[in-house]
Amino acid sequence: MISKDKLKNSSIKEIIEEYPYTESFFEDQKLAVDDKEKTLKEIFSELTIEEMEDVVFDLDQFADSLSSHIRNMQEFLGENDSIVAKLSILAGNNKDGEKENYEKLDIHSGEIISIVGPTGSGKSRLLADIEWTAQGDTPTERQILINDEVPDKKWRFTGGKKLVAQLSQNMNFVMDLSVIEFLNLHAESRLIDNQAEVVERIFREANQLAGEQFGREAQITSLSGGQSRALMIADTAILSSSPIILIDEIENAGIDREKALELLVGEEKIVLMATHDPILALMGDKRIIINNGGIKDIIDTTAEEKELMQELKVLDKVLTDLRDDLRYGKNLSRISEELAEIKSA
Amino acid sequence: MNLVTFSGPPSSGKTAVILKTIEAIKQQGLKVGVVKFDCLYTDDDELYRKAGVPVKKGLSGSLCPDHYFVSNIEEVVQWGRERDLDLLITESAGLCNRCSPYIKDIKAICVIDNLSGINTPKKIGPMLKTADIVVITKGDIVSQAEREVFASRVSTVNPDAMVMNVNGLTGQGAFEFSTLLYDQDDHIDTVTGKKLRFSMPSAMCSYCLGETRIGEEHQLGNVRKIELGDE
Repeated sequence: MISKDKLKNSSIKEIIEEYPYTESFFEDQKLAVDDKEKTLKEIFSELTIEEMEDVVFDLDQFADSLSSHIRNMQEFLGENDSIVAKLSILAGNNKDGEKENYEKLDIHSGEIISIVGPTGSGKSRLLADIEWTAQGDTPTERQILINDEVPDKKWRFTGGKKLVAQLSQNMNFVMDLSVIEFLNLHAESRLIDNQAEVVERIFREANQLAGEQFGREAQITSLSGGQSRALMIADTAILSSSPIILIDEIENAGIDREKALELLVGEEKIVLMATHDPILALMGDKRIIINNGGIKDIIDTTAEEKELMQELKVLDKVLTDLRDDLRYGKNLSRISEELAEIKSA
Repeated sequence: MNLVTFSGPPSSGKTAVILKTIEAIKQQGLKVGVVKFDCLYTDDDELYRKAGVPVKKGLSGSLCPDHYFVSNIEEVVQWGRERDLDLLITESAGLCNRCSPYIKDIKAICVIDNLSGINTPKKIGPMLKTADIVVITKGDIVSQAEREVFASRVSTVNPDAMVMNVNGLTGQGAFEFSTLLYDQDDHIDTVTGKKLRFSMPSAMCSYCLGETRIGEEHQLGNVRKIELGDE
């Protein structure tokens, strides 16, 4: 625990030297600092009424808040305790109170799990149970374990670090920033060391996923749907603090879906993917079938299904080529030859 | 009875979050009521009524809605007790970002949304800084990165708060949030004698009293001037 008295009697300069991340804290708290050599105590004794009102807190509350901030950041930076190598979901009940049709599902980092089921079947609830690290205290009474242990409560309440990151079709960028400014902003909030390198890597990966290339100075709000999705996926894979990623219905996103999944899995994330697209669903190692609020079945992707996926990819390629022809003003011709090829293969 | 005060900028999703949360609280067999404070007009009370929630609304008219809140909160608490509520929720107007109708020892919730921009946490002052729980809404429509940056800014401004994501449309997160609102061991019979966490927005000038003419000679009382300088 950081001593509050020590903080009060330290100069702003000393505090920032010891805890570099407090610089943005002083700024966001709107503390009027005219001279960084002064101690917190001195600064507070010299604040005008208006400046006091901006800060909201008195010296004691401010020191409290600063010490909490330092504690939070130390926790945030000590990432080693938060590696999720294995996530376990223990069975609960469906909407009728009947026990789910499995005992325990273990998911390891780097695995892809598809989630299928009709709308309203309980996909969101499953995700919410994971995010909340449920301990029999949600409507489904499921229990979540991380690395075979009851997870730390911090996953529930801290602002900086959430267990699940989400990517969905409906998400947009809303900040008025260029691609590079945006990536730098995110990297800064994560306090990583090799910022320039990481930002450059995300930019490169995103461009590989996107059908159409975009530049560093492009405004994120003006990117196309596919470009936005590509940037979001690359950014989430490489820079998000969350060890689990939920992908919700990205079938029509206009990106290279296979590469996108490879990128996520390559970063040792656990990928959960709600989808009804057969190609995407079969990319998963397993799929969870959800019905009436409960897990009805867990199916391992069979060898035959993996072969089917190859066939589906050919079909997908045929459709993609037709789309491209359409886009560039070509006349479309029949595809019976390609279809015959698939049949004979 | 438990008392919880909700506050947050206009259109941040306070009513939607409260409605979804009440659905979850009712499952526990608890009786919940709401008092909605607003300025000129609100039809949020209809939404609560439709959901079968006992509700009252208070419109402050030309007064500062927070001053109006604090002058009426005791009567509101008694209204809740007479109706045998287990949980009484007050929802504020949150008009100027200076608002913070939080009371010491009474649970205080601030609702802000991801769309409001990453500098908002810095802008809204005591309403965010002195809250116990910060609920962030509209997370389903912005990117993961923007959500992370926004949440980290919130944590910088209020390092002690629990930060939760709740979706006011789908209700995602509302169940989890609802478990934090009611505490069996808490009992509020009155708020008389309690104190606000922070002073309310203040002004006592000629315009407060109905002056409409513009000009130095008409400005009396608590008047503050903008610094324009020579830059």
